[in-house]
Amino acid sequence: MIEVQEIYKTFGKNEVLRGISATFKPGKNNLIIGSSGSGKTTLLKCIVGLHEPTSGDVLYDSVNFTKMHFEGRVPIRKQIGMLFQNSALFDSMTVEQNIIFPLNLFTDMSNSEKHDRADFCLKRVNLEGKNKLYPAELSGGMKKRVGIARAISMQPKYLFVDEPNSGLDPKTAILIDELISEITEEYQTTTVIVTHDMNSVMGIGDHVIFLHNGEKWWEGSNHQIAHTDNKELNSFVFASKFMQAAREKL
Amino acid sequence: MFHSLGRYILLLRLSFRKPEKFSVYWAEIMREMVSQGIGSLGIICIISVFIGAVAAIQVAFQLISPLIPKEVVGSISRDSTILEFSPTISALVLSGRIGSSIASQIGTMRVTEQIDALEIMGVNAPGYLIAPKIIAGVSMIPLLVIISVILGLSGGYIACLVSRDVAPTDYIMGLKDGFNTVTVTVCAVKATVFGFIITSVCSYFGFYTSGGALEVGQSATKGVVFSCIWILFADLVISSLLL
Repeated sequence: MIEVQEIYKTFGKNEVLRGISATFKPGKNNLIIGSSGSGKTTLLKCIVGLHEPTSGDVLYDSVNFTKMHFEGRVPIRKQIGMLFQNSALFDSMTVEQNIIFPLNLFTDMSNSEKHDRADFCLKRVNLEGKNKLYPAELSGGMKKRVGIARAISMQPKYLFVDEPNSGLDPKTAILIDELISEITEEYQTTTVIVTHDMNSVMGIGDHVIFLHNGEKWWEGSNHQIAHTDNKELNSFVFASKFMQAAREKL
Repeated sequence: MFHSLGRYILLLRLSFRKPEKFSVYWAEIMREMVSQGIGSLGIICIISVFIGAVAAIQVAFQLISPLIPKEVVGSISRDSTILEFSPTISALVLSGRIGSSIASQIGTMRVTEQIDALEIMGVNAPGYLIAPKIIAGVSMIPLLVIISVILGLSGGYIACLVSRDVAPTDYIMGLKDGFNTVTVTVCAVKATVFGFIITSVCSYFGFYTSGGALEVGQSATKGVVFSCIWILFADLVISSLLL
């Protein structure tokens, strides 16, 4: 479980996050949604420690991550898997080398064990036999799947996903969403997904947090979104005519 | 300026933290040594031969006089090549060849979130990315400079053979005459310091890149310009301290 307590983050005079508190439970798809510039990615970066919050705390299973130094954070970071918006695969490494990179650094597994683990992770994301390809040889959807394979290679307890569907066609986007959801359920990971894709929200949003101007504006499940009377959330969710028509049919 | 200097020192401190697994870092050091050493050998060979040849021709042109023995051309060419031409000009060329590559490589990793990915995994990103480059730089650049000295002096010999301004035997005699080993020490110190400057300064600019492709290019340019300035400054300081 991850607890975020009263997180504030400012860049110069620009206050990006204003006192955000939330609890993300294991085995659930926790979605952070909001319009561009609402502070979603900044919140995610504060949670994983890429940004230091101006004030507030982040607790991983009651351990205060924010107060720790680099060395202290390493044991927690070994339990974190993250899929970045642009996948962030290491260009100079093959798909397999990308997946076994954390295993090389943090485990004493033998070479055959590491290769077996890479094969398992690739099979899990339906990319068997792509071990020797380089990231430049992969499509956007395949890169995302390799990113997921790398994220789960260390069997993480916490999975973070930043804009998983950006730049993907709707069919591939749904496949990626389903894959993340399956992994969350299978490994009981605490999964936090930053997105502004309403298909993801309606499809896998067990627990949704809506950010507006750096504040937590709404919290609930995907089922509750359609019936909320929150004005800002409504204008975000039902921005398109398609969604407005869908709402009228509900 | 002090802010940048402080960040540079802190980055170096982070770079030399205890590695997560030595074998992985050792493999990176070897890879960097091959990339920096073997990768730069061609350009170093070409510039060294030409610089040595030009040095011999110009010294001969300025010192043609019945009062000056011809061997002096060899002596002056030797000392200029060992003390200045080989270490400094090689370092300036290498800052373009190695430095721009380091800055753009690390800068690209930064803007494509690959450095963030390393940090999320719990890897000390400066240690993994920068330390192997610095270690490779301070070990391979002195070797390249030694090769440059040998080829520079050979270039002078070839120039004497071709131009006939100075007899090759006089040139060889001049090379042997009054040789002071301090010049080699100064050359080695300069090469090591220049290797450190090129790799660390360019890594710094690459590591703190923010933005996109344009900024990566700017970081590479800044890295090369600043490392060239620091090379010339260090050249002055080392020359005044050791000679």
